[in-house]
Amino acid sequence: MAGQTAGDAPAKPEITGRDVLARGARVMWRGIRDEPRRFTTAVLGSCLFGALVIGQAIVVGWLVDELIQPATTGGDVTAGAMALGATVLIAMGLGRVAGIFGRRLGAGFMQFALQARYRHEVTRRYLQLPVSWHQRHATGTLLSNANSDVEAAWFPVAPLPFAVGTMFMLVVAVGVLFSVDWALALVGLVVFPVLFVMNVVFSRRMAPRQARAQHLRAEVAAIAHESFDGALVVKTMGREDLETRRFAARAGELRDALISVGRLRGLFDPLMESLPFLGTLLALLVGAWRMDQGAIGLNEVVQVTFLFTVLAFPVRAIGWVLGDLPRSVAGWDRVEHVLQSTGQMPYGAQDLPGSGAAELSFRNVDFAYDPAQPVLRDVTFTVPAGRTVALVGPTGSGKSTIATLAARLLDPEQGQIALDGTDARGLSSASLAHAVALVPQIAFVFDDTVRGNVALDRPGIDDDRVHEALATAQADTFIARLPEHLDTQLGERGTSLSGGQRQRVTLARALAGQPRLLILDDATSAVDPRVEARILASLRGSAQSTTILVVAYRRATIALADEVVYIESGRVIATGTHERLLATVGGYADLVTAYEKAEEERERDRLYDEASAAEQEEEVAA
Amino acid sequence: MSASAVTQESRSESAWATFRRGISLSPELKAGLAGTLGLALIAMIGRAAVPVAVQQGIDRGLGVQTGHLDMGVIATVVGITALILVVTTICGYFMMRRLFTVSETALANIRVRTFRHIHDLSMLHQQSERRGTMVSRVTSDVDSITQFIQWGGVILMVNGGQLVVTTIVMAFYSWQLTLVVLAAFLPAVVVIKAFQKRLSGAYAENRRRIGVMLGAISESVVGASVIRAYGVSERSGAKLSATIDDYQQAQRRAMRISVTSFSVGEIASALALASVVLVGVRFGVAGEITFGEMTAFLFLVTLFIQPVQIATEVLNEAQNAVAGWRRLLDVVDLEPDVADPAERGVDLPEGPLDISFERVSFSYPVDGEPGPRVLHEVHLDVAAKTRVAVVGETGSGKTTFAKLLTRLMDPSEGRVLLSGTPLTDVRFASLRSRVVMVPQDGFLFDATVAENVRFARPDLTDAELEQAFTDLGLLDWVQGLAHGLDTPVGERGEALSVGERQLVALARAYVADPDLLVLDEATSAVDPATEVRLQRTLDAVTRGRTTVAIAHRLSTAQAADEVIVVDKGVVIQRGPHDELLTLPDSVYAKLYASWLEQTR
Repeated sequence: MAGQTAGDAPAKPEITGRDVLARGARVMWRGIRDEPRRFTTAVLGSCLFGALVIGQAIVVGWLVDELIQPATTGGDVTAGAMALGATVLIAMGLGRVAGIFGRRLGAGFMQFALQARYRHEVTRRYLQLPVSWHQRHATGTLLSNANSDVEAAWFPVAPLPFAVGTMFMLVVAVGVLFSVDWALALVGLVVFPVLFVMNVVFSRRMAPRQARAQHLRAEVAAIAHESFDGALVVKTMGREDLETRRFAARAGELRDALISVGRLRGLFDPLMESLPFLGTLLALLVGAWRMDQGAIGLNEVVQVTFLFTVLAFPVRAIGWVLGDLPRSVAGWDRVEHVLQSTGQMPYGAQDLPGSGAAELSFRNVDFAYDPAQPVLRDVTFTVPAGRTVALVGPTGSGKSTIATLAARLLDPEQGQIALDGTDARGLSSASLAHAVALVPQIAFVFDDTVRGNVALDRPGIDDDRVHEALATAQADTFIARLPEHLDTQLGERGTSLSGGQRQRVTLARALAGQPRLLILDDATSAVDPRVEARILASLRGSAQSTTILVVAYRRATIALADEVVYIESGRVIATGTHERLLATVGGYADLVTAYEKAEEERERDRLYDEASAAEQEEEVAA
Repeated sequence: MSASAVTQESRSESAWATFRRGISLSPELKAGLAGTLGLALIAMIGRAAVPVAVQQGIDRGLGVQTGHLDMGVIATVVGITALILVVTTICGYFMMRRLFTVSETALANIRVRTFRHIHDLSMLHQQSERRGTMVSRVTSDVDSITQFIQWGGVILMVNGGQLVVTTIVMAFYSWQLTLVVLAAFLPAVVVIKAFQKRLSGAYAENRRRIGVMLGAISESVVGASVIRAYGVSERSGAKLSATIDDYQQAQRRAMRISVTSFSVGEIASALALASVVLVGVRFGVAGEITFGEMTAFLFLVTLFIQPVQIATEVLNEAQNAVAGWRRLLDVVDLEPDVADPAERGVDLPEGPLDISFERVSFSYPVDGEPGPRVLHEVHLDVAAKTRVAVVGETGSGKTTFAKLLTRLMDPSEGRVLLSGTPLTDVRFASLRSRVVMVPQDGFLFDATVAENVRFARPDLTDAELEQAFTDLGLLDWVQGLAHGLDTPVGERGEALSVGERQLVALARAYVADPDLLVLDEATSAVDPATEVRLQRTLDAVTRGRTTVAIAHRLSTAQAADEVIVVDKGVVIQRGPHDELLTLPDSVYAKLYASWLEQTR
């Protein structure tokens, strides 16, 4: 089956080696601008650390001169010099600890703060973006945007201050080298740029491999997610082998991609390790030559070789940053896609005037999810204030779409949807949420208590209202049986409810807000007939000032309605009372009387069978 | 084993035990290990070569002792050492190459095996886990092991080796100074070990909070329309923000511990260097160590410190990796409680299947303990080729009945037999091809309509597919879709309406051509006319097989040969629809009365 991860995410700009460093640098710059103080702390710590590393080499050179050489060649060693040497070394160690605290806490806190900041921004965006946008994006993709992509984007932030400090350290080191001897400085000027260039070359070559591995990683996750989502179907059809093969194929590709990443790293890491050592050897060679010429002393040779040794490790920090930049850029691109997503559905500023039941009207509404397949065409109907209208139509005719539009979760392409004559697009978010409640076909339960799920912390909804709503939705009995009643945790981490129970909780959620327009999208499909009958009865009893649009198949539900809107293939075929439609609209009659007709037919068949059986018996008897 | 065992974080298994368990599960990891280790050993020698070269160069070339500088000696020492470096670099390359190839291959295998294993777990196990949790078993957990083996593995191998080689070389120059270095580090090791414990607690808290955060993010994505409809995005946003901030706090705490532990090593290194200078100078005065050796020692101390520092970092990472590995192993070690008897099993007898339930009871586990019974000593026989409808109120146990019949679960007591064969003895290959259930939520894969139906039978041609829809009377509907059979259904089928998804799921079950078809409210969201039509066509196409339909629309019951009425986990009535109606006060009569009330 087709891999789907990316969904219709934007065509990703190909990450080439050439521009990835520049783009990565821009991402890092953004991070620095967002967290200037933490970054500064980290860089200062890192520079302090670097300065002390170089200082240590100088001190070692001095120790060689003052202590070791005299000691090993029979010279004088003073206790004072020894004490001083040891004190300085320990003091420098403590200084390095301070540097490390500054660098690592600064960098770590900066990284965490950036992750948190962009998680906040991405998820805030999710909550702002309209339903139509969500419908176009796979859940898995959105989850990884807020999680692993944000993480990847700020991954290089952790070693970044270290790398900056290392650059500073290299500059100082070259300065120190020059102060010692120009020839040794030249060694540094050769070795350090070579290290730097190798790092750059490596990360450029690594970029496409990393990107591919990252992409495959997402695909593997998507397959696993979908497959586990459909685990019941896989199981009942016995397709575990098929699914495993599908997963294994992609996991194999991921393995190959990761091996190719590993081979490059296998080449790079040993090289990066050996190069500074070669620098040390070169320094020794050049140092000996300069010593031979009498330009420098023994302690300076030791100092410089020591410098190359201690620089070997920090230089790799530059490689870490550069190596992670491609992933960072890829992650950032996806984060940015979310942050820059448009398709906003701005709310208006108007309040819905008046109170009590509101009139809903659709005027010449066209709608399509996919331009190739119009879902609604020229839909016009009105639900007068305080009345109940049943929306009836065959499977796939567009009923749920109408319900969704009526709650302004989507906007029509053409035409207008109005509440009490006010275009829904002009209404403020608060007034819309206050006035309209939609109970969807598939119930959604929050990871929250029963009370939280029903009240949603909306003002004015106290426990009495919650109880009342639960009673109307026929959910009071089973809620009363839950261990902690209203405080029972529901959702993923709480008690799981049956489909019918979930529907009743969501129905109660809608009722608790006392909406002026209630939209029920086949909201009792998983509730059994007797319970549903009770729900409908209590709705009728309590719906004193509510307009109701109900998507229905059952006669009892339709009987509740003052009027019926019958649709087929996205068009309103007829509007009128049930009786009139039953008499005049063939499709409608077929739909609502399907069960009766089926029963009559069976009855006829049975009578016929009995009759023919009787005939046969007679024949046999005769 | 209880279902919740998978999530337990509190296992007190040691990292070493996890490691051994992991290796025994992936013996591929040991492939060519000797060669890799050999290469690593050679690669390590390169690290000690430079300090030795410095000592040799200083003592013999710079002429500290002799007072005569010999460029020839220096050049020779540098040349030989450079050669050694080249060789060790090449060995390093091959070592890493082998390591990457072996570890990636082994982990790809474990990824696939874990994936398969999760599918093999029973439905109850699967449902007791959050979906995201199962996905992370085969993604991030495997990744963390890879990282550990490659990062940690390389570093532990190379740096561990470096530590050993450095110590040996140091001891060669001066065993007394070596003891001084070790003495300086010993307290640090103890302190760092103490920090590790706190750190692993901090990481566990990290993981817990990231789980909560991901749950909150997922809720805001999945529930986007509800959140919008009720205008409660601020409420959801605030909850979500709190989880993000909580996670950040946990991250910071772990970082503080980690940095503190790291700095202990740094202090130790300063102590070591200072002690070496102090003690070394005394030895130098005593003439026990040369200038070159002393200098080399200063280099070696640095080389000794680095791996210790790096190892501290790796151990931090390792905490995470070991936890990931443990979680993965816990899943793999979980015995599927509804297991395929495989070769010990038998195939179902040919021909139509009859059903018998022998004193079957069932209770769902609650926190690992059996909960209240949902089915109570059900004793029931259904003849082959009959069409049965199971009805009852919500929560009466009808869906449980269907799940036991298809062996998605095993009864707590009693047994289920098909044509005389106990279900537990039937090979899954036979069971799943002969018995198919259509669950209520017709889950579809993100593919086309055709591909979804082919899920049941991959070899179906387009013509056969079309024939299947024709048989079911659904051809018109399919042709009305934007791209017919090739219409993509979207993630979880969400591009289709709920009722349409059920139609595809039904077609999928139909082409599977089972001998026992179990429908669990499979047409609950389909309009009545289509349902009745489907009912009729299903009757035609299912003639000759046994059909069990769980239904709350009683139209299904009317059409069935027999109705089984379940109430509070007990079968209280059975018989043809008309017959059951003759008992006016029965549960069925009441159900039917309210059904009539609703549909007339």
